[in-house]
Amino acid sequence: MARAAILSYIKRNSLVHELTGTTKLIFFLAWSVASMITYDTRVLSGMLLISIVVFKVSKIRIRDISIVLGLAAVFLLMNNLFVYLFSPEYGVELYESRTVLLTIAGPYTITLQQLFYHLNMTMKVICVVPVALLFIACTDPSEFAASLAGIGISYRIGYSVSLALRYIPDVQREYHNISQAQQARGIDLSGKDKLFTRMKNSVAILLPLVLSSLNRIETVSNAMELRGFGRNKKRTWYVRRKMQRNDWLTIAFVLTVLIVDLVVTFWDGNRFYNPFV
Amino acid sequence: MKKLSVKTVVAIGIGAALFFVLGKISIPTPVPNTYVSLQYAIQAVFATLFGPIAGLLIGFIGHTLIDATSYGPWWSWIIASAFAGLVIGLVTLKLDINEGLDSRKTVQFNVAQIIAHLLSWGLVAPCLDILIYSEPIEKLFVQGLVAGIANMITTGVVGSLLLVAYAKTVVKKGSLNKEN
Amino acid sequence: MASPVISFQDYGFQYMAQAEPTLRHINLDIYSGEKVLIAGTSGSGKSTIGNCINGLIPFAYPGKSTGKLLVDGKDAEQSSIFELSHTVGTVLQDTDGQFIGLTVGEDIAFAPENNCVPQDEMKQLVSRVAGLVDIDHHLEYAPHELSGGQKQRVSLAGVMVEDVKVLLFDEPLANLDPAAGRTTIELIDMVHERTGAAVLVIEHRLEDVLWRRMDRIVLMNEGGIVADMPVAKLLAGNLLLQHGIREPLYLTALRYAGVEIRETMHPEHVGSLVLGQEDKEKVRSWYHMLRTGIHSEQYGQELLRIENLKFGYTADKTTLQDVNFTIHKGEMVSVVGRNGAGKSTLAKLICGFEQPVSGSIYMDGRDLKGDTIKERAVRIGYVMQNPNQMISKPMIWDEVEMALLQSGMPKEERSRRVEETLKICGLYPFRNWPVSALSFGQKKRVTIASILVQRPQIIILDEPTAGQDYHHYTEIMDFLKELNGKGYTILMITHDMHLMLEYTRRAIVFSEGRMLADTTAAHVLNDPGLVEAANLKETSLYTLSLACGIDEPQVFTECFIGYEQKEVR
Repeated sequence: MARAAILSYIKRNSLVHELTGTTKLIFFLAWSVASMITYDTRVLSGMLLISIVVFKVSKIRIRDISIVLGLAAVFLLMNNLFVYLFSPEYGVELYESRTVLLTIAGPYTITLQQLFYHLNMTMKVICVVPVALLFIACTDPSEFAASLAGIGISYRIGYSVSLALRYIPDVQREYHNISQAQQARGIDLSGKDKLFTRMKNSVAILLPLVLSSLNRIETVSNAMELRGFGRNKKRTWYVRRKMQRNDWLTIAFVLTVLIVDLVVTFWDGNRFYNPFV
Repeated sequence: MKKLSVKTVVAIGIGAALFFVLGKISIPTPVPNTYVSLQYAIQAVFATLFGPIAGLLIGFIGHTLIDATSYGPWWSWIIASAFAGLVIGLVTLKLDINEGLDSRKTVQFNVAQIIAHLLSWGLVAPCLDILIYSEPIEKLFVQGLVAGIANMITTGVVGSLLLVAYAKTVVKKGSLNKEN
Repeated sequence: MASPVISFQDYGFQYMAQAEPTLRHINLDIYSGEKVLIAGTSGSGKSTIGNCINGLIPFAYPGKSTGKLLVDGKDAEQSSIFELSHTVGTVLQDTDGQFIGLTVGEDIAFAPENNCVPQDEMKQLVSRVAGLVDIDHHLEYAPHELSGGQKQRVSLAGVMVEDVKVLLFDEPLANLDPAAGRTTIELIDMVHERTGAAVLVIEHRLEDVLWRRMDRIVLMNEGGIVADMPVAKLLAGNLLLQHGIREPLYLTALRYAGVEIRETMHPEHVGSLVLGQEDKEKVRSWYHMLRTGIHSEQYGQELLRIENLKFGYTADKTTLQDVNFTIHKGEMVSVVGRNGAGKSTLAKLICGFEQPVSGSIYMDGRDLKGDTIKERAVRIGYVMQNPNQMISKPMIWDEVEMALLQSGMPKEERSRRVEETLKICGLYPFRNWPVSALSFGQKKRVTIASILVQRPQIIILDEPTAGQDYHHYTEIMDFLKELNGKGYTILMITHDMHLMLEYTRRAIVFSEGRMLADTTAAHVLNDPGLVEAANLKETSLYTLSLACGIDEPQVFTECFIGYEQKEVR
C-alpha cells in the first residue's frame, strides 16, 4: 500500500550479505568518515573504484535501486547548480589558478578549476552512495539494533531504531487512511489552496495521527515492560551473528582505507589535491 | 547519562517513524524545489513532550532513515536535525503541557523552536558543510537560511496548532454543563 | 488445599488522577491450573484487575491501593513489574502493540533477550514455544504478513516463553473475526492443557469465550465483584443482564420461549445444552406462534449500483473481483466476511479513495467514474472504524463544522446545518464541549455527525461497534437504526454476526476478494456451506433450532430477531 518507493532490504546470497550487521555498520561509518575528510582526487577515485567493486560483489542489481539512483542524481545536479550559481569562481580560489574555458555572461565563466572542484565534490558524494545503499539493501533490519549494540551504543537506543523500523509501515498505513478520510471532508494537502491554509489543514491529519501515536507509545511501552525490557544492563540478541574471518578482514580493510586516506590527504598539509600548481 | 525510560525509548522509535513517514511526503510551496517539512513540527511536539534526548534521537534516526533510503546520508544536515530536537527539548524542559497550555507556554515553545532552527540551519549545518564538503560559504548560508525559515514557519504554525489541540484533549473533565 | 497463585484480600485501588476508587473490596483467589473468566462492562474495573496482577498497576499507572494482593505468595506491592512478569504473562488486546520484534522469531525471543539468555538456548526455546502454538513455520515473517489470529499466537508465545504460572488475556477477541475468535479460544484451551498454567480471560463477549469450558466466572460491576461462581450457575440466573453483559443468544431465545434456565441443563454451551421434551415443546410453540408474523419489507428505488468491480493494489495481485450488487434507498445492509476479505477495499472504492481496475459504480444511475473524493463525499459518507483516527478538532462544534467550512458555505447556513445535525445526533447539549470529554460511543456519534453534516444519501460505516461492550454496542446501533428510520441509507462493514443479524435484514458476504452471497442476514448464518466458505460462524440459534426439532433454522432465526425488535425494544 505504501506508494512511496523506498529502498529496503533485498535478500540475496552474497559475500556482502554474509557479513555481520556490525561489520557492515563499521564499514559504512568508516567509509562515510573517509569520504568526508578527504578532497584528494586520487583517494576519491580509489574509493569510488572500490565501492563499485563492492557493489558488484553484493549481487544487488542496478535495477533494484534505480529509483534511488535517480533521486541521488537529481540531488547532485541541483547541488552542483546551486554551488555554481553562488560561487562560479570558487574553484579558482581553492586551486589558486585560473584557466578560462568559456565565458557565459557577467561573472559566469567556466574555468577548468571550477569544473575540477565540481568533479571532486561530486565524487565525494558518489563514492558513499553505493556503500550506503548496500548497507540498507544487504543488512537485515532485524540486525540493526544488535549491530548498534555491537559498536558499543546503548541497547536502548539500538532498540529505538528497531522500533522505528517496526512501526514505519504501521504509521504509513495510518497516515494513508486518515488522509483519505479527511479528503472526503475537504482536506487536501496537494490542492490549490494557499500555503498557509494547507499548513493549517495538515493539522487535521496530523492531530489524529499524533494522538493515536501517543496511544501506541503507551501500549508498546507497557508491552515491553511486561516482558522485561530494561531489566538488565545488557541484553542478548536473537539475531546477532558471530564475527567470522571475513568480518575481521573487512574491518581491517576499511580501517586501512581510512588510514591511507588520512595519510595521502594530509601528507602535504592540504586536503585538496592540486594538479594546477 | 541517565538511563532512558522505556517510554522514552518507545517515543523515540515511534517519533522517528513519524519523522520518516512525514519526511517522505512532499507538500509543495510556491518556492520551487522547496517543500513543507511537516516532520519538524512533529519533532518539536515530541521534544516538548518527551524531552531533549528524545528530540535529538528522533531527528537523528528519522533523518538518517530518510536520507539512507533516498540518496545516501548527508551527515551535516542529519546532525542539524538532531541538534534542533535537542535544543527544543532543552528550552521546553520545564514546560508541562499536560497541565494545560496558555499563551505564555505557546510563546515559550515558539521561542524554543526559533532558537533551535536558527542555530541548526544558520550555524550547525553550514559550518559542518564547510568542514566536511568545503562548499562555498555564500551558498551554504543562503541554503541554510531558507531551510531554517521554512522549518521555523512550519513548526511555528503546525507545531503550535498541534500542541494547542493536544493540550485541549488532556483537559480534565470538570465544569462542563449541558446546554439546551 | 494448595495456596492460591493470586489472592486479592479486601483489595482496593484508586488511580492517581481519579476522584473515586476504581476497585473496592475485592476478594478473589485464583488457584494454579484454574481457568477463570472475568466479565464486566467497560468501566467495571475488569481491566484494572488485570493490570494489578501483572504489575502495570502501580508501577506504570500509579495510584493508591488498600488491602492486600499476593501474587505467587508475594506481596505484589513490594514486587516489581519485572519480577511479576516471571509469574504472570499478559497478552494485551492490541496485538500490533504487543508485537515488538521485526519478525515472529525475534518477538518471541524478546523476553529471553531481556533476561540475557544465551543465543543458542534462546533459539531452542523459541522454536519449542513457537511449536506449542503452531507458529513455528512463520518464524521469519514480519507482522504485516500475518493475520490477526496469527499475531495473537505470536503474542501468546511471547509470554509463554517465560514459563509463567498465570496467563492473562485482556479482551483477546476484540479485534478478531468470528472464526479467528473461535480458533483463539481453542488455542487458549490447548495452551492451558499443555502448560497447566492458570488462565484468566478478561472479556465481555461471553458466548464466544464459552466455546470452551471455563471453571468459573467473576462478574464485575462498578469496581466490585458481584458474582464469583461456576458458569452454569451464573447463566441460570439473571445477573448478567442486570449488569450489562449479553448472555448467549440461545439462552435468550429459550427465555423468550418461556423456558426456565436451570443449572442442570448445562447451559454453558449450546452443544452441551440438555433440553427436556417439555422445553423443546415450548420452543416449538413459540416458534409457530411467531412464524405467521413474518413479512418482507419494501424498499425504495435504486440508489447505489456496483457492476463487475475489480481492484488490486498492485498489478499482479487482485484484491477484489466480480462484485455486483444494488443498494436501495432506505436500506440498512451489512457487508460481512473475515478480516482481509476485501470489505474495506470495497468501501474505499465506493468513496473514490482508490480507483477500480475495471467495473463501475453508479449512484442514482449515474456513473461515478471521474468524480473526485470531495465530489463523492457530498453523496457518500464514510465513517472510519476508530473515531480517534477521524476526529481532528478538539471541540465538537468545530469538528462537525469542518467539512462545511472547507466547502466555503456562508456562516449562517453553516451554523444552521451544524445545529440541525447535532440535534439529529443527540449532541446538541454538548456542542461546546471538547471531544475528549466524551465516551467512545459519543465520539462515534461525533464522527457520524461530521459526515452527516454534508447530507450524504448513503453512509458507509467500517466496524461501527468494534471492541465495544453490550451497552455501547446497543447505544451506537440504536442510533444507527434511528438514522435509518429517518431515511438514511446505511451500509455497514462488519465481522460481528450479532450486529448483522439483529440490525440488518440483508447481508452481502465476501471472502478472498470475491462476493459469495447477497441474501438475508438470517440465511447467511444458517447456510453451513456459506459459513464455512466465508470463515464466519453459525449462530447458536441454528444449533438450538435443530435441537428442538425445528428444521427451518433460518426462519427460526428470523422469528427470533423479529420478536426482539418488536417485543423487547
